[in-house]
Amino acid sequence: MKEIRYIRAINEAMKEEMERDENVILIGEDVGVPGGSFGASRGLYDLFGPERVVDTPISEAAITGLAAGAAACGLRPILEIMFMDFMAVCMDGIVNQIAKMRYMFGSQNTVPIVIRTPSGAGLNAGPQHSQSLEAWFAHVPGLKVVMPGTPYDVKGLIKSAVRDDNPVIVVEHKALHALKGSIPEEEYLVPIGKADVKKEGADVTVVTVSKMVHESLKAAEVLAQEGINVEVIDLLTISPWDRETVFSSVGKTHRLVIAHEAVKSFGIGAEISAAVCEEIMDELDAPVMRVGAPYVPVPFSLEKAYLPNYGDIIAAVKKTLERTF
Amino acid sequence: MRKPAKKKLIQLYERMVIIRKVEERLMEVFSKGEIPGFIHVCIGQEATPVAVCSWLKDSDYMSNTHRGHGHALAKGIDLNLFMAELFGKKNGFCRGRSGSMHLADRNLGILGANGIVGGGIPIATGAAFAASYKKTGQVTVCFFGEGATNEGTFHESLNIASLRKLPIVYVCENNGWAEFTSQAVHMPIRDVADRASAYNMTGTTVSNKVLDIYKAAGEAIGRARKGEGPTLLEVKSTRWHGHFVGDAQKYRPEEDVKTAKQQDCIADFEKKLVKEKVLSKTEVRKMGESVHKRIETAVEFARESPFPDASELMDDLYA
Repeated sequence: MKEIRYIRAINEAMKEEMERDENVILIGEDVGVPGGSFGASRGLYDLFGPERVVDTPISEAAITGLAAGAAACGLRPILEIMFMDFMAVCMDGIVNQIAKMRYMFGSQNTVPIVIRTPSGAGLNAGPQHSQSLEAWFAHVPGLKVVMPGTPYDVKGLIKSAVRDDNPVIVVEHKALHALKGSIPEEEYLVPIGKADVKKEGADVTVVTVSKMVHESLKAAEVLAQEGINVEVIDLLTISPWDRETVFSSVGKTHRLVIAHEAVKSFGIGAEISAAVCEEIMDELDAPVMRVGAPYVPVPFSLEKAYLPNYGDIIAAVKKTLERTF
Repeated sequence: MRKPAKKKLIQLYERMVIIRKVEERLMEVFSKGEIPGFIHVCIGQEATPVAVCSWLKDSDYMSNTHRGHGHALAKGIDLNLFMAELFGKKNGFCRGRSGSMHLADRNLGILGANGIVGGGIPIATGAAFAASYKKTGQVTVCFFGEGATNEGTFHESLNIASLRKLPIVYVCENNGWAEFTSQAVHMPIRDVADRASAYNMTGTTVSNKVLDIYKAAGEAIGRARKGEGPTLLEVKSTRWHGHFVGDAQKYRPEEDVKTAKQQDCIADFEKKLVKEKVLSKTEVRKMGESVHKRIETAVEFARESPFPDASELMDDLYA
């Protein structure tokens, strides 16, 4: 095992996949000589050259389409969109083209494309550089969406995404870039579509993702001191999400909290909660609780007040214990 | 460039006739309700796809638009399976999932027509990128209308293609009408090809005459194949009918439609071929009859083909 930062794990994943398969290329703004605006592609330009580390103009709509066309014609592009907020500029390419190019054309081609993008608040980057928009993409059939929160998971999931014949959106968290964690020296993959139980517990299930995994673990630690034993499930993949792991945990704890950083309304928590109510309502001993951001843009200075944290998770867990059916 | 041989001239003419007659037949069956949804015909524009695609190999890539029947037919798509897709049938190229507006045949490099104006331009640029990266020698042709040149994707894509000298030809069929509105209302310029200069790219404007387009396309595709970079080729084309079949064109002066019909690329070429004794009037008539038969066979084939089963609805969303 070795210690590595989240941003470096992203870098290693891309490097290894580009070494493995010459059809894997990296496309993005400032990804070449500058090494990416967060440093994710540092060193790759020197290793693979301008043909494979494609520094593009600031043209999000075109580079999304370009990656789509290249993917449909034999390449396996990794597209870096500098901030998740800028994915709004790529929406035709992602939603109308990439997501539909397989189904709409009667499965004549695959679209093996990875779109990597840093999401999330915590760096005082303001309303247009801090959003968590994963639910938009999970709502579109044809895409896969993953949201790793640790160096181990981000490396393994990017490598799986590159090898997947479907379009995969990898939502990174920019406030986790400096986070250290241990990963194996040898090669490994993290499967898409499989959740990871980060902490076992018997009293309440907390389903979470990305940076909120760490808030959830912190909440679990505090609650453990009060004798409340929380199970923390890191969803890892938003679409298709691992129903089996979530349902089996709820079958054990009978109480469910879903915690994500995105705005609570219409977020992934709503989908998971609805699915649990539809499928295994009789397993629940209390109403499902959601933790998420308030329904406002991410403010520059009031970021702390905006961001959901472990305190909110603790409160939600306690509510599910108080409000028994 | 040498003058095209007699065989080539006849082939160009025949393909234009096929497209015209297919579109006319489609208008009939659509109006009778045999094809659901909506269709956009390219009557008046047949010269462009035929002249441009005559330079392409099967392996070359082509991307096109909602008004895309002509491009697919010019690239050589099988008429029976083309018709089956338009009828929404299971054996169509896209298993009845695309219909008229998203027709694709990957065996012929047809990347898929696009229902989003300007949506196909970056995708075609990506296909050219892949060909260039893999050094396959394939050329990409990207068709769109003048309306699409007001989209950001057009400008962003041309910029990138020129920067990287990609093997692509951007073909703008300027029929003067972006859906329901004339070019003058949308664009402060007359020639779309002028936009190429902003990207240090060759821009050429030609008339709707098939041999003019043939010559210009040959030069542009030749440049692309030699690695000399992209071209923006504009054809001053004409649209005879509405934006979609059923559009009464109340927004358009009758005089404008009349002028468009006077510039009939097929009648013009036919007159020239007969005058120069490339084809006799009898040969023209016989060709028309044979094309008619092929189209009727395709329509019958489509009618008799099965619809996809509801059980296939969820199939193959993911690989």
